[in-house]
Amino acid sequence: MTSSEPHPFLPNLDEEIVQEMLKRMGASSIADLFSDIPDEFALKRKLAIPDGQPEAVVRREVTRRLGINKAGGDSLCFLGGGVWPHYIPAAVESILSRQEFYTSYTPYQPEISQGMLQALFEYQSLMCDLLGMQACNSSMYDWASASAEAVRMAARVKGRNVFLVAESVGPQRLEVIRTYAEPAGLNIRRVPFDRKTGELDRTSLAGSLSSEVAGVYFENPNFLGVIEGSAAGIVDDIHRVGGLGVVGVDPMSLSVLKNPGSYGADVVVGEAQPLGVPMNFGGPHAGIFAVREMSLARSIPGRLIGMTTTREGNDRAFCMVLQTREQHIRRENASSNICTNQALLALAAACYLSLLGKNGFSRLGEVILKNSHYAAERLGEVNAVLSPLFEAPFFKEFAVQYKSAKSDDVYEKLGQKGIMAGYPLSRHYSGIGEAGGYCVTEVHTSEDISRLEQALKEVA
Amino acid sequence: MPPKDPKIEAWAKSKELLPVALRADEVRLPEIAELQVLRHFNRLSQMNFSVESGTYPLGSCTMKYNPKVSEYIASSPGMREAHPFQPEGTIQGLLGIFYDLSLMLCEISGMKAFSLSPAAGAQGEFAGVLMMRKYLSEHGYQEKNEILVPDSAHGTNPASAAMGGFKVIKVPSDERGLVGVEQVEKLISAKTAGMMLTVPNTLGLFESDVGKIAKVVHDAGGLMYYDGANMNALLGKARPGDMGFDVVHLNLHKTFATPHGGGPGAGPVGVTERLQDYLPVPVVTKANGAYHLDYDRPGTIGRLKGSYANSAILLRAYCYIRLLGSDGLDNVSSLSVLAANYLLSKLNPDAFTLLQGKGLRRKHEAIVSVQGTMSGGAMKVAKGLLDYGVHSPTVYFPLTVDEALMIEPTETETLEALDEYADLLNGLHEKLLKGELEDEPKNTSVGRIDEVKASHPLSLRVKW
Repeated sequence: MTSSEPHPFLPNLDEEIVQEMLKRMGASSIADLFSDIPDEFALKRKLAIPDGQPEAVVRREVTRRLGINKAGGDSLCFLGGGVWPHYIPAAVESILSRQEFYTSYTPYQPEISQGMLQALFEYQSLMCDLLGMQACNSSMYDWASASAEAVRMAARVKGRNVFLVAESVGPQRLEVIRTYAEPAGLNIRRVPFDRKTGELDRTSLAGSLSSEVAGVYFENPNFLGVIEGSAAGIVDDIHRVGGLGVVGVDPMSLSVLKNPGSYGADVVVGEAQPLGVPMNFGGPHAGIFAVREMSLARSIPGRLIGMTTTREGNDRAFCMVLQTREQHIRRENASSNICTNQALLALAAACYLSLLGKNGFSRLGEVILKNSHYAAERLGEVNAVLSPLFEAPFFKEFAVQYKSAKSDDVYEKLGQKGIMAGYPLSRHYSGIGEAGGYCVTEVHTSEDISRLEQALKEVA
Repeated sequence: MPPKDPKIEAWAKSKELLPVALRADEVRLPEIAELQVLRHFNRLSQMNFSVESGTYPLGSCTMKYNPKVSEYIASSPGMREAHPFQPEGTIQGLLGIFYDLSLMLCEISGMKAFSLSPAAGAQGEFAGVLMMRKYLSEHGYQEKNEILVPDSAHGTNPASAAMGGFKVIKVPSDERGLVGVEQVEKLISAKTAGMMLTVPNTLGLFESDVGKIAKVVHDAGGLMYYDGANMNALLGKARPGDMGFDVVHLNLHKTFATPHGGGPGAGPVGVTERLQDYLPVPVVTKANGAYHLDYDRPGTIGRLKGSYANSAILLRAYCYIRLLGSDGLDNVSSLSVLAANYLLSKLNPDAFTLLQGKGLRRKHEAIVSVQGTMSGGAMKVAKGLLDYGVHSPTVYFPLTVDEALMIEPTETETLEALDEYADLLNGLHEKLLKGELEDEPKNTSVGRIDEVKASHPLSLRVKW
């Protein structure tokens, strides 16, 4: 013990209590409890980190540091690409702040974890309805790891080692897919998009298909914001060679768009963040992972919650199911190494969807459609900007092209004005000129869009 | 109801913004009023046990108190409203905090550099084995495709090694419950890429041969991986870097008191100097007085998360370290180890026996074997506990202990709570012997659940 000054988190930090405990257990000192650490490894100095501070000091100091960020307040955010600005109903926050949910953990003892188990079962059910799928797990880390695990699962299930990924998926997700695929020896091949429409190039896809291909992954809407008009055709193409169709979605888009189940997707991945989770500079969010056939449910990664009864058979109850896929039982033969997931955020999504309901969710989708299309037209009013860049329809994100400015410069200069916008698509794609990505949702007003338009006039 | 901007509404009037062919026929969601939704979820929350409900000594999970002030701080707009793709220059406050957090984790673990990206411990492990793989293959060791993993290891260890493309070689623990250097010597070969080790191990015992093991593994050209799930025992006491580990992951949601919520977690991964080029991107760096997210690292194993990290968890862990400081963290480990050993000393030794490592001090957790029944005793005792407003220990883990109860009380439980918990366990064991512990729990929101019936589900969703 280095200090016995009381601390609010450490109830036994009191010399008398410590001595009493040591005496009752027959130990001479705290040091005695650590005597099994070989002397050569015992740290004989204090850790070189700052001394502890009272709550008030830490709160003031850290809040001040966070205040330097341009986020919230007068700043505007028109960035998307997998994390999107949306309004979070106060009721979602209220439910999430229930400490019974907040400070629980994996429901290893189902009899005292029925709340979280049922909520997660409801999340799975709501997601299945929204996506048109039969089974959804109770969350992955994020969309990227969900898509990477889907690629590995497809290869495993099909016993094939080539996987096709649309070039128009989020470039960050493609990188994660590559990280996960490399040790499995998978060959990831990209399928280009049509530079005019922004849709996946089906002629190229046809040229890449063979009986070696385990599946194809595309996003709908894709990273360029474009809705894949021939999603059903793409899925048919991959089915013809016996592969799996894996589709990535922004669940918010399903307020107005056809769901992936309706066009035959076998696996759906996505990001639950727009459903009631703050952007939080990248996390925590929740990855969606769902499959169309129950037969595939036995191959999926992550936790699944199922419905059962009490042993007496009188009451409905929930517990974790199909655990023999998981690492704590199957170890090196598990379907994935995932253990801790993002359950709390899945709970947020369940609350969000329950609160909005069918009408609220559909109406929200219409508002987003209007706001984004209005913005796309307004930005097109700027002389040096071509907007929207692609011909195919979009939902809430769209690309624009700058006639003379560099997309990186526009993005940086807008940022300096407190407007986070124009993600530089040209960093990742050739043949689209200097292009930036914009996301417009229900949080943006016509005034916000005017401010963006004015700023673009100055910097583009 | 979503806000409608009159100007935009007027503009959109009679415009067809989306072709009918792309439109959903129907959105299937229930219609429930706000108060009814709140009642529903509040009711569910009442059917859920948590750290703020009562004693929660779930072994290996470090269910300690999560400071409220961290929640207030994390609700700042500068955290919540920050987009991961916004320009670096607009997010300096947060990047500065993450830079400082990286330095603190380096100091605590004895590593040279950290990447904060991994979303959970298992993803940190995956990053670690990928770094080992890449380093070895670039240093002329392409034949090294085996990783040694003790039989007492967390399931994530072998699963991560396998996901990383390695063959898993199981190392049996000896009668002390430890990995003996002799066992490692027997299994090591030119194919050995390295070893994953948890210290203290899942029996709560310090791996006293760790120095010798590290030497043997290093001499064979292999690397040492440290599973940081049990770091709560060693803060300020010993550092994996000093023991010879090359890669470390830390579970911020365990040791550094961020709320579990059933997940999220965060599993930053740290390395020694020779592995730092391989860290997953991005890494937070500082140059010319500004902070950067460095993606331009040619040696990297790549990216693990679509967007930076579980940032709001990192922020809470930073707050925790600032609240405790150097002395506070040392006290945390002193008191967590004191609590585990104290609780163990109060248990009836004939009922709850130590199968391994008799006479050795435990660190932050103790694993006992429930005696007196052929099988199922640990589960019966665990279910019995649930009736008394406490959570059970982890059961049937590690796999090397029959009828295991894995008890990790943490430093945030009072002496009285430890006494009560020990009394409860001793009392329940008497009931167990009398055959009076067959139908527990009885006072929970539902009775004993039939998990077998659930093992062949026909459906994983509500039909309505």
